Amino acid sequence: MMDWINSIIQGVLLGGYYSLIACGLAFMFQVMGIINLAHGTLAILAGFAIWTVSEQLGVNPFVALIGVLPAMAAVGWILQRGILERSARAGQLVPLLATFGLAIVIENLLFEGFGADTRSLAPYLDTLAYDSWAIGDIYIGQLSVLIFVVAVALLGGLSLFLSHTHLGRAIRATAEDPDTVGLIGINARKVNAAATCIAMLTVAVAGMFLGMRATFTPYSGSAQLLFAFEAAVIGGSGSLWGTLIGGIALGVAQSIGAHINPQGFLIAGHVVFLVILMTRVSVVMPAFGSLARRLRRQPS
Amino acid sequence: MSDILAVDKLDVRHGLLHAVRGVSLSVAKGEIVAFVGANGAGKTTLFRAIAGAHRPTGGRVFFEGADITSMPDYGRVRQGIVLVPEGRRLFTQLSVVENLTLAGAVRRPGKWDLEAVLEVFPNLGRRLHSKAGNLSGGEQQATAIARALMTNPDIILLDEISLGLSPAAVGRVYDSLQTLIKTGTTILLVEQDLNRALSVADRVICMLEGKIAAQGRVSDMTREQITDAYFGLHRAAAQGAGT
Repeated sequence: MMDWINSIIQGVLLGGYYSLIACGLAFMFQVMGIINLAHGTLAILAGFAIWTVSEQLGVNPFVALIGVLPAMAAVGWILQRGILERSARAGQLVPLLATFGLAIVIENLLFEGFGADTRSLAPYLDTLAYDSWAIGDIYIGQLSVLIFVVAVALLGGLSLFLSHTHLGRAIRATAEDPDTVGLIGINARKVNAAATCIAMLTVAVAGMFLGMRATFTPYSGSAQLLFAFEAAVIGGSGSLWGTLIGGIALGVAQSIGAHINPQGFLIAGHVVFLVILMTRVSVVMPAFGSLARRLRRQPS
Repeated sequence: MSDILAVDKLDVRHGLLHAVRGVSLSVAKGEIVAFVGANGAGKTTLFRAIAGAHRPTGGRVFFEGADITSMPDYGRVRQGIVLVPEGRRLFTQLSVVENLTLAGAVRRPGKWDLEAVLEVFPNLGRRLHSKAGNLSGGEQQATAIARALMTNPDIILLDEISLGLSPAAVGRVYDSLQTLIKTGTTILLVEQDLNRALSVADRVICMLEGKIAAQGRVSDMTREQITDAYFGLHRAAAQGAGT
């Protein structure tokens, strides 16, 4: 019984990481309707940037993050103005292709610069990387708890930001009707660029924790994108808190899957994702929703 | 009175459709001008072009003597031109107060703030924290006008503000318009209800097929002249006389 409880607790904590990595992806989808396929690779880029600062200056990754945050915000601004804004004009599918291409470019630049060696931020963390609290037979990693707390704080902070600040309200208004915000004096281009900057700030935080809890290479981004996408879809596209629920659902599914069978870690998460996708598809993608409805109407 | 707005040979197209054809007009400060015409006459497109929401293919727009043709819509709001669009276009997922304060962030000097607009639209005071999408049609229209006022405009363009409203709601909206008129704000009004439009306007501009078919002071034009221009009968009569 304790094993099951342990699996669920570890799954919930893992879900904190997944919601953190999914946060920026869900935010950009909610605000601009763009699925950023470079999301995972951008987190890896942030991880390498933090690793470089920590390695060169000998500082803690949390300190390094302070320096990397403005750089990632600048990446967000350039990404929106240089790629997303232009590609979105050509239709919904073009940003998908553009960000897919961007991910390949970033991966290869990172490979050129850093090689194929695995990296980790854990060596710069002292004991935080492996210390845990023991509650009976259950060991709870301090880093996992920290990641979960940061995820909740980040999602809560973003929710408060969206509802209580002028920029937050402008982001929500632009997300709803980008053609009308100009008629009340709001520059939709600037708002979208600011939203992408915010998304990239969350990506930087996620990239840092990714590097703390695991190793990474220039090509680790696609796996992170998959987890982020699954968490965002399971949680639904309606709210940021849904992302936390989605991340936890994915983490618990993987943890229980691994408990049943060591090979079941990934497959259990994918199965939960597919089940939720099939039931939720009409909310996430109306085009697929109508397809699913047509399929359901087919006589068996 | 000096001109606050001038439009010179404005052309606007929607793809192949030539919606506004070489329209020129000027509006004096504090004037109330009603634009009337059948559906598809180009009134809404003209308003959207003046507000910067639709880029013209030719001609120029001047505001207080300055050429603002290439200025984006948000820039024109900051200059003092605001459009209440057809269909209200509120941010339905935001509350009423969020809709209003967003527009108020333009921070143009003037008398309109949250308190002032709630005096004109007291019903909104009870719905401030309701989502705009949950309001009745009349309340939504009031919110749309209040939102425009929050920008403290010099010119307000009202596009079909009575569309889809009950007669009682239209009456309340036009009652509130009287307060706006007293403040001396320049008002451009597109209205299908000819009687309503003529009851508040100083001048009427009749549009037909993207052009100005007739215009003049309301007091100088007969009802027959306006309806003839509205339906294009004056042109048919002229063509009939020529043959």
